[in-house]
Amino acid sequence: MAVLTMSFKPTLPLLISAFVSLLVGCNEGNKLSLSERSIIYCSEGSPETFNPQLSTSGTTTDAISKQLYNSLIVYKGKNNTLGPSLAKSWHVTRDGKKITFYLRQDVRFHQTSYFTPTRLLNADDVLFSFNRILDKNHAYHQVSGGQYPFFQSTKFTELIEKIEKINDYTIRFILKRSDSSFVANLATDYAIILSAEYGEKLLNKGTPHKIDILPIGTGPFKFKEYRVGSLIRFYRHDSYWQGQAKIEQLVFDITLSRTSRLTKLLAKECDVSSYPIAHAKIAERTDLILESITSLNVGYFGFNTKKEPFNNKLVRQAISLAINKQAIIDTVYHSKAARAKSILPETSWAYDTNTPEQGYDPVRAKSLLEIAGYAQGFTMDLWAMPVQRAYNPNALTMAKLIQADLKKIGVKVKIVSYEWSTFLRRLSLGEHQSFLLGWNADTPEPDNFFTPMLSCSASETGNNRTFWCNKEFDQLLQEALKTTNMKQRKRYYAQAMAIINEEMPLLPIAHSKRYQARGTDVVGDILSNFGGISFYQAAKINTNNKADDMVNKVSN
Amino acid sequence: MLTFTLRRISLFIFTMLVLTLLSFSLSFLFPGDTVINHSGQINATVSELAQLNQAYQMDKSIVNQYGAYLTHILNGDFGQSMASQSPISKEIIELLPATIELSLVALLIAMIVGIPLGFIAAIKHNKTSDHVILSLAMLGYSIPVFWLGLLAILVFSIGLGWLPSAGKISLLFEIEFVTGIQFIDILLSDSPYKWQAFSNASAHIILPACVIALAPATIFIRLSRAAMIEVLAASYIRAARAKGLSFQQIIFRHAIRNALIKIIRHVGLQFANLVTIAMVTEVIFSWPGIGRWLIESIYQRDYTAIQGGLLVLSCFIFIIHILTDFIYAALNPLARGNKYGS
Repeated sequence: MAVLTMSFKPTLPLLISAFVSLLVGCNEGNKLSLSERSIIYCSEGSPETFNPQLSTSGTTTDAISKQLYNSLIVYKGKNNTLGPSLAKSWHVTRDGKKITFYLRQDVRFHQTSYFTPTRLLNADDVLFSFNRILDKNHAYHQVSGGQYPFFQSTKFTELIEKIEKINDYTIRFILKRSDSSFVANLATDYAIILSAEYGEKLLNKGTPHKIDILPIGTGPFKFKEYRVGSLIRFYRHDSYWQGQAKIEQLVFDITLSRTSRLTKLLAKECDVSSYPIAHAKIAERTDLILESITSLNVGYFGFNTKKEPFNNKLVRQAISLAINKQAIIDTVYHSKAARAKSILPETSWAYDTNTPEQGYDPVRAKSLLEIAGYAQGFTMDLWAMPVQRAYNPNALTMAKLIQADLKKIGVKVKIVSYEWSTFLRRLSLGEHQSFLLGWNADTPEPDNFFTPMLSCSASETGNNRTFWCNKEFDQLLQEALKTTNMKQRKRYYAQAMAIINEEMPLLPIAHSKRYQARGTDVVGDILSNFGGISFYQAAKINTNNKADDMVNKVSN
Repeated sequence: MLTFTLRRISLFIFTMLVLTLLSFSLSFLFPGDTVINHSGQINATVSELAQLNQAYQMDKSIVNQYGAYLTHILNGDFGQSMASQSPISKEIIELLPATIELSLVALLIAMIVGIPLGFIAAIKHNKTSDHVILSLAMLGYSIPVFWLGLLAILVFSIGLGWLPSAGKISLLFEIEFVTGIQFIDILLSDSPYKWQAFSNASAHIILPACVIALAPATIFIRLSRAAMIEVLAASYIRAARAKGLSFQQIIFRHAIRNALIKIIRHVGLQFANLVTIAMVTEVIFSWPGIGRWLIESIYQRDYTAIQGGLLVLSCFIFIIHILTDFIYAALNPLARGNKYGS
């Protein structure tokens, strides 16, 4: 018997070792493996489109804007000053109505399996990109629905008289009136430049809709493939005008569940993860970095001012007084957000330090309710957004805290939630009484907080979900845009904030940071203060000879 | 052998008829319009709907309707998925190979581990190693697969960071779809990163395959143990021993061969069991196979996909059974008799 078992021994280990050597033996060959030249990013959702002009969703902007496209100008540096991009310089006339852009002459569009550009970027491409939005008769205006939400909410169309091509590399915007936010809006992730040549080619083929599905831009990465709900693959644009990106391949691994994102991050299946959970767990790992950036945003509790009882200013004030904001900051944001005093974050230049804050005073809230005629309290619904955003990482918990706070003043709260797109659609139809939502700024321009969120025009398009429309407030916003005098503008915005504080169409709750986690082998800035993320600067360093590589990177 | 083959084929045809009948009747039992359940065209216009009604002969008797349904199925038309609106046959062709691949690897692991262990247990019958192996088999058989899967991810992916937890290959590798069997596709591709892709795919398959393999492996242990004990007690073994053959010669020349014949038939049976376990495991490991797709279809109430998926899956398992029967019959002439063919 003993002899027999002995004879078994060599066969099994032999098999196993053969299998293992098969696995390990293949790992030689290329000096740098594919994973060292690529980055996988675990993103929180699918993009709606591949053209940023068509969407204001943060997920879409993150995925495509700065990867595939460039705008004429960009925000640069710590002070967020406007700097050149596709336009190497620009000039504004003294009356502020004519803005001339001088384009770079060395910008190449992507060359892909579906399009080969024959010329460099010129004024025709700029004309094409903006006329698509402005001109209702443009061949591409109605392609993909004809909705350009950012440009509509900022009244872009009404502002521009016309766009003139001066020569191949000079283009002039002529405005109907001076508007100090106009140039800032051109630096957003939405005002990108498409290829006119590609547009023409698709039109000749009879497939214009492909322009928003198979994108061609000038950005650091070019589109390779998109598998719906699963992944987006980008390759490096080798002749990018600012120099090649450091990685060859960029993959967005679309992972809706936040636990799955965490698992993939911990198991090293993604190099960078958006909106991570379990901050403490990530922080204690030596191979991961948790990073955050102050982004201009606000999370708020809004009231539908068209519906009972929130058409009464006193009720809105009473409810606002009854909310313990600090408790929300501590629970929902884990004390990692600033308590909001107004809709404008304190980091904005237009923020007026004298703005009073709505305090927490349940006793006064109760007496205000009595004056308003609701001494017995009432029942209301509260719509909590179903997805996580930097400005509100967990709306459901926030809703429960609000529910508990309001119970103390005799108001019963029913929490409502829908799937995200349904949620937004129903909100813009005004089916709600109150809601939890937020706003992420696209530019450091303060108007970006006021006009898209609370103006009368925004309440008509449904972007202003409080449906609050105050003529005096709108007038102040208009005045603030007409002048370029910073002090004067700051004064106008202070008055506007005072009106919000008095009328209380919404209660600002927090200005939060945006979080991201990455492996220590990924270097380079990805997050930016405004708009979408960018992987242009990102690179991988070899963890085995990290030190050598670091030196190389620095000397480069 | 001819009668045997004919019997198998007729059995196959009749079973498939019953299965199609079942899937046909599901269209009536599921909520919603029958013809939409058949075709999956939820956004059909009035004229398209009329066409569909015509194609599925909805205005005629139920027998004609079944005939029309069968014709569609035989032409490979399972309708389209209500969720994604792409043809179900296309989705199945893309996903089924991934499940087959995973199940085959798992089966291989189960056999490589299970059968030798069973043999060892039988040879060491009623000794400590026998008891240890049997207890381990019992333990392994009792562990629920979803729990084991999560535990494996927790330990090997998150804790130790050895193996990936999701998908069948890193998203970085672009492997063109040829056969759907990942390893073959990688070898066929002309990617410069072929070998990196191969080792990456191997690393991805280890965890899910081992999780799936556990339960069948324990069954193989018990089967091979029983078979070996039976063979070792047989008179020809005694005769061989009397002739003075060494124990090694007895085991390798006579016992293993005869014991294996008894097991081979069960391998086919276990494959069906394995595919069921694979379906749950696919969900845990985000393996892009037919099991995950089917479970997602159930969540999304994609009736057409559920019908088509069940039909194809059961057909596939049935074919595997017949194939193992053939192999068994080829190896063991005794099985070709009436007793087994009916």
